[in-house]
Amino acid sequence: MKKPLFISAAGILLLAFVAGVLFYGAEKNEQTAQLAQANRSALVRAHSQTLGQPDARVVIVEFLDPACETCRLFYPFVKDLLSAHPEKIRLVLRYAPFHQNADYAVALLEASAKQGKYWETLEALLAVQSDWVIHHAVQPERIWPHIEGLGLDLEQLRSDMNAPEIARLIAQDREDARTLNVTQTPEFFVNGKPLPSFGYESLKQMVDESLASAYRQDTESK
Amino acid sequence: MNATHPSNDIGWTLIFIAWLSAAVSTLAALFLGEIMGHTPCVLCWYQRICMFPLVLILAAGLFPFDRRVVRYALPLAVTGWLLAAFHWAVASGLIPERLTPCSQGVPCSVEQVIWFGFLTLPMLSLLAFSLIIAMLLLTHLKVSK
Repeated sequence: MKKPLFISAAGILLLAFVAGVLFYGAEKNEQTAQLAQANRSALVRAHSQTLGQPDARVVIVEFLDPACETCRLFYPFVKDLLSAHPEKIRLVLRYAPFHQNADYAVALLEASAKQGKYWETLEALLAVQSDWVIHHAVQPERIWPHIEGLGLDLEQLRSDMNAPEIARLIAQDREDARTLNVTQTPEFFVNGKPLPSFGYESLKQMVDESLASAYRQDTESK
Repeated sequence: MNATHPSNDIGWTLIFIAWLSAAVSTLAALFLGEIMGHTPCVLCWYQRICMFPLVLILAAGLFPFDRRVVRYALPLAVTGWLLAAFHWAVASGLIPERLTPCSQGVPCSVEQVIWFGFLTLPMLSLLAFSLIIAMLLLTHLKVSK
């Protein structure tokens, strides 16, 4: 009598836990999807950095923190997705600078965009991220040596970084992240929909599905 | 099966209730922390250190029933209770902020979860540890050596 009681109690507790996990996950995903639906303007802003063709029908919006390790690990994967379908996928980068001092790195990136070297600078910084992010905090003075070889006008960059429009841009992105309930980075939205679960596989699957549905007519007409 | 002393059945049930309390608390803590993303504060972590092993220790004391499980579980339960009491005092403002050991990360004095307008996590932790201690003490008193 005791063993069955114990085993069934343990089983019920575990089942309740698993059911809770699934239910909560589905609920949260639904909420995020609705939030994104209701706040379409918060998903993509005119100031956002983009990669890919403007008429691509699949848009990946990534909320990124340049100091976030998982963002760094995801970056090559996202680039691979893009290069597999260069005409069909567009990447829009938004910021959710949650790490300490991460605003500094974002401001520097945005200033590099003024010199037309945004993506080079981003990639250079991500490649050596562990050197300028120590214990989850951005060390501003440690960034500069890494961008010397990129042909940037560093003096110009330093003054551009403090431009009020960059501060406004960061504030806007932070606010949009809050509106869309983005609490962790990276967070992806594929054609306005959040990932059902976090991971490479999940992102790839969503992108594949979106590609299939967005370009269905084309393949049918051919 | 060997004939068991009737008081052993009572003891088994008491330890089983204590185990249920520990198991529910552990799963709830994991759910709040891992699934809902409420990062545990320092005091929460210390209480977890006391609560999580109770699930295993109490279960081990059930099969076969061993009254000595009280000796091994009680130190953890009492330590957890003291931590929960301290946490509750910090969170409800009885102990001033400057005495709190958590200065960075998640502050212990901020209530992240409040259910039904009054039920906070330190309170639930205190209740769970109290229940476990009560069950252990009853087992000690009721079960003959």
